[in-house]
Amino acid sequence: MTKKNKLTIDDVKKVAGLASLPLTGEEITLFIVQLSAILDFISKLQKIDTHGVQETSQVTGLENVLREDVIDAERMFSQKQALANAKGAYNGFFKVPKILWT
Amino acid sequence: MDIKTLTIKSALGGLRSKKFTSVDLIVSCLENIEKYNKEYNVFLTVEDKDKLLHLAREADQTDHSLPLSGIPVALKDLFSSKDLRTTAGSKVLDNYIPQYDATVVKKLKDAGAIIIGKVNEDAWGHGSSGENSDFGPTGNAFNKDYVAGGSSSGSAVAVALGMCLVATGTDTGGSIRVPASYNNLVGLKPTYGRVSRYGVIAMASSLDSIGHITKNVEDSAYFLNITAGNDPFDATTGVSPVPDYLKNLDRKDLNGLKIAVPKEATDKSLTVSQNFEGAKDKIKKLGAEITEVSMKYLLDGLETYYIIVPSEVSSNLARMDGIRFGNGRGDFGKEAKRRIMIGTYALSSGYYDAYYKTAQKVRTLICDEFKKVFKDFDTVLMPVTPTPPSKIGEKVNDPLALYMSDLYTIPVNLAGLPSLVLPSGFVDDLPVGVQLVGPQWSEELLFSVGNVYEK
Repeated sequence: MTKKNKLTIDDVKKVAGLASLPLTGEEITLFIVQLSAILDFISKLQKIDTHGVQETSQVTGLENVLREDVIDAERMFSQKQALANAKGAYNGFFKVPKILWT
Repeated sequence: MDIKTLTIKSALGGLRSKKFTSVDLIVSCLENIEKYNKEYNVFLTVEDKDKLLHLAREADQTDHSLPLSGIPVALKDLFSSKDLRTTAGSKVLDNYIPQYDATVVKKLKDAGAIIIGKVNEDAWGHGSSGENSDFGPTGNAFNKDYVAGGSSSGSAVAVALGMCLVATGTDTGGSIRVPASYNNLVGLKPTYGRVSRYGVIAMASSLDSIGHITKNVEDSAYFLNITAGNDPFDATTGVSPVPDYLKNLDRKDLNGLKIAVPKEATDKSLTVSQNFEGAKDKIKKLGAEITEVSMKYLLDGLETYYIIVPSEVSSNLARMDGIRFGNGRGDFGKEAKRRIMIGTYALSSGYYDAYYKTAQKVRTLICDEFKKVFKDFDTVLMPVTPTPPSKIGEKVNDPLALYMSDLYTIPVNLAGLPSLVLPSGFVDDLPVGVQLVGPQWSEELLFSVGNVYEK
């Protein structure tokens, strides 16, 4: 992991696939260089001795913040509101890309 | 009445004594928007003029007793504003109209504030110069060919150019502090959890802090009194009661105050270091004791941040599916795509331990180092950025160069601490500031010290 992080086209395409991120050919070429440089930069962290150190996920110190299981009308959307920004709304439904093929 | 020199407090005084009206304030803001917006590219969406005047007239019918009655406020475009377009500075949301208000927006409206509009920013908060906005950069209020700082670039310039009296912002790695310092204004990044994040489009959920930019310290304290507090809609908000932040502003000097300056933040070759020395001298003359300390993990914050933040960003931006709202994911700008890619990579199988987990451990080291310093000192003083504002376009093709601007602001976010930025004069005719960092929940102290320094 302390070696130079040179990404390949396949690496970039794989990560873009995981992230559902459409990339143009020009972006793929640009990102191979830029992302490799960024990875090199952040890999410097591996030089620090973190043996025995606990991870910090959050700094509030709060745990298990719960609320009563009641309906809060202030946080409800009507169906109309929920669909208000959907380009492909149809008959009161969200229209989604096809994910099943016969 | 010159809106450029009015503060929230003096405006309320004028309204309540009927020296001028809220309509006067709104008209002045709209005139300045008309005058400057094309050149400086500040507002992305201005509220309907008739609606604004109607709200102002309604406020003028009252005795202006509400805390922000009739006061024009600008919102960074990350804040969900009901029925008012909210873009996050990105083409992905260029047609998005929120169906609800963020908690902070609701609090401001309940306090009588008039939301003038939504201001420009680096898309999704990704940036420290304003150059990553999908709608073009915002020009610095003192020289439009230079960066305004980011990501709350529009927020700072809107206040500086008299387009509003206060603007909200968010600060995940310096995004309030940098633009405030670059436009000669006061910027507050509160303690993480002091102000609700509900309804503010998330960048990195464990670091995002909700704050504001004002012309002076008193306004900053006054505004925090309104926005701070526990919110049942945001489980990370603090549970202890909110103090009155205006209480200790009558402090006369800084006698007895112990301030630490990390030597890692004072490279003598930095262009701002001379200005910073001047600020230190001023503070010493006011009676404070300044001691140089070593914080060996301080600068490691940069790498830590650029692992943790892209990781959390890749998760938060996964919801932009182009189905329920917004446009397709291909419309993300280059910086957003870079961060999503880095984050996805750092969290993926085989790399999670080496990157994300390691970064979380270094985060602990940074938090603990601050805690240790605060055992012996009341506050930490640092420059805001290593350099003054750069020329627009200068750093845009080198993402790493832009990341370097956040060197001194980032560690504060990793530790969840509050930081107050105060104007500190000019370098090469452009404003720079200094930042005063305190332990969690110490905004009262920061305001009282900042107020003395300001006077």
